[in-house]
Amino acid sequence: MDGAAPAAGGRLPDNIAYFGRALRAAGLPVGPGSVLDAIRAVETAGIGRREDFYWTLHAVFVTRREHHLVFDQAFHVFWRKRQMLEKMLAMLSPNAPARPERKGPPPLKRVEDAFFAGVGEPRTEEKPRIEVETRLAVSTEEVFRTKDFAQMSAEEIVEARRRIALLRLPDERVATRRLIADRSGKQLDLRATLRASLRSGGELVDLHRRGPGERRPPLVALLDISGSMADYSRLVLQFLHALTAQRRRVSTFLFGTRLTNVSRALAHRDPDEALALAGESAKDWSGGTRIASSLRAFNRHWSRRVLGQGAVVLLITDGLEREAGEHLAFEMDRLHRSCRRLIWLNPLLRYEGFEPRAAGVRAMLPHVDDFRPVHNLASIEILVKALSVSE
Amino acid sequence: MSGQRLPGAPDSIDATLALLEAGGYVADRALATVVFLALRMGRPLFLEGEAGVGKTEIAKVLASVLGRRLIRLQCYEGLDLASAVYEWNYAAQMIAIRATEAAGSVDRDRLVEDVFSERYLIRRPLLQALEPDPAGAPVLLVDELDRTDEAFEAFLLEVLSDFQVTVPELGTVRAEHPPIVVVTSNRTREVHDALKRRCLYHWVDYPNAARELAILRARVPEAPKRLSREVVGFVQAIRREDLFKAPGVAETLDWASALVELDAAALDPAVVGDTLGVLLKYQDDIAKTDAGRIEALIQDARVAAKAMG
Repeated sequence: MDGAAPAAGGRLPDNIAYFGRALRAAGLPVGPGSVLDAIRAVETAGIGRREDFYWTLHAVFVTRREHHLVFDQAFHVFWRKRQMLEKMLAMLSPNAPARPERKGPPPLKRVEDAFFAGVGEPRTEEKPRIEVETRLAVSTEEVFRTKDFAQMSAEEIVEARRRIALLRLPDERVATRRLIADRSGKQLDLRATLRASLRSGGELVDLHRRGPGERRPPLVALLDISGSMADYSRLVLQFLHALTAQRRRVSTFLFGTRLTNVSRALAHRDPDEALALAGESAKDWSGGTRIASSLRAFNRHWSRRVLGQGAVVLLITDGLEREAGEHLAFEMDRLHRSCRRLIWLNPLLRYEGFEPRAAGVRAMLPHVDDFRPVHNLASIEILVKALSVSE
Repeated sequence: MSGQRLPGAPDSIDATLALLEAGGYVADRALATVVFLALRMGRPLFLEGEAGVGKTEIAKVLASVLGRRLIRLQCYEGLDLASAVYEWNYAAQMIAIRATEAAGSVDRDRLVEDVFSERYLIRRPLLQALEPDPAGAPVLLVDELDRTDEAFEAFLLEVLSDFQVTVPELGTVRAEHPPIVVVTSNRTREVHDALKRRCLYHWVDYPNAARELAILRARVPEAPKRLSREVVGFVQAIRREDLFKAPGVAETLDWASALVELDAAALDPAVVGDTLGVLLKYQDDIAKTDAGRIEALIQDARVAAKAMG
């Protein structure tokens, strides 16, 4: 079995390297290190059977369950034909698109904005007026901060986006179970005490103490992107992108008719690229809402993975759900019980005298810790403050 | 390192399959391939999968069939060096210091040297795993890594790539023969890619009916044939149900044992209803599986059992 045909031995490492490159092109994190590992693994296992060869490469190249499918398809395409080398060369040549299903990249929002700025320019005549009286400028500022996102012009949205990106979350922290040195801590740190006392030959005993350290809790956002939320969801997404850049362990999910995890997309530093990627991965923008089934999908597939260690959940939706009922309340209850704090952000709260009449809202309200508006800059700023108060 | 042979280690994938089977573990070929590679390449084995699919069991079986010591590091949030690598025996150290003082003159340097010597060192799992063992390098099981915090994960990364740890007072301990490492994760959070890259990765899935039946026969041999087949058919069917937590292989085995205790020769609605708590661990799931559903699942199980022959 170990006698992997020596004739193939010369070309096999090359083929594995090409295969590694193909996997990388398909989106798997395959580096030169894993290619070397794969070659070593194949040398170790020998290629007696096709199945063994498959699982040998699998053991090295696949590091997440989600990658299995890509690997499986790539493997069958790549190693099927005898002339795989020539085929691969053709596939990897710069003429062929790396991912054929993807059309040309959509124009960056920033580029669009650049054009908008040109269109908006004739309006400069407004400027002198603001200069005349400072008080007016202040009140304009106030108007802007409390202006509903839905009523903003393209230009104002650009400004809102800029300010949202500048918002900083205060340092909210929760205690960890790992102990650190702490003068007023409750526990004796015998290790430190003993070391210190040995410095004086064991005569002076200065008690060292330790107590729990602190860290930021994970943050999980569930953002409704259905039609009724259209004016808000993109700006909130901008806010979530800024959050992702500021702190570790932020997970973002979009939902309309189905649930999409966009945490990885939002981790891109460039906001335009990040939002474009997030927009691309969710196929149900501006459609209907199925809150109950989306929450169910979240509870089933993700809650155990992202809600550990005291996560705070931001649920951003207007709660307008047709199929409200027992299911919605049930899933909300489960979500509420699995996280440390559940904050519901609802743009409908902007209306004074908002009453939870809709069935969906009534089903959801009993299960949240905090119910807040999110429709203008001021409300997002208040939210940022609220996030800093624990419990 | 690929040329290095572990004594008693299998020399082919088929041999690995046979070896695991000798230890009572029925693996599929995919799993046997990664185990074989991990043993031959001296790389840690990273196993992910739902609770109760037999990840931990692999480490136990490897230790027993290779005749190695099994060292288990159970992870939890807040796990630190003192509980994972080493700790000093402070009480004994204090007594030693007092005793030296009582004897009169105190030579400070000697005292430090004496108190921080091997005599007062308490070895925790990771340090134990790096030390030579006459039976051969031990099997180190790092269980449920997803429960620790990221700081510990980063530390483990260092240990697993160099197989050494440093005790400031004693120096560096380096494993002459690296332990066989099995890391498991239930995936309650994502483990960092950097750590996974050091390892050979495998997702342990629920077994198919044939393999689950083989596992059941190996583990609960006293279960009647018909019952075993129906149990497997039932579990396979209920995993397709809309459950919050599908039962793992561990639950199948528990259930079969429970049914044997109750002298059941085949499944019937009453006995299934009474013992459902062995299979399903969430009240919602149990409530959802009412009498009518159980009836239908038993029908499915009977059909499947016939097919298993």
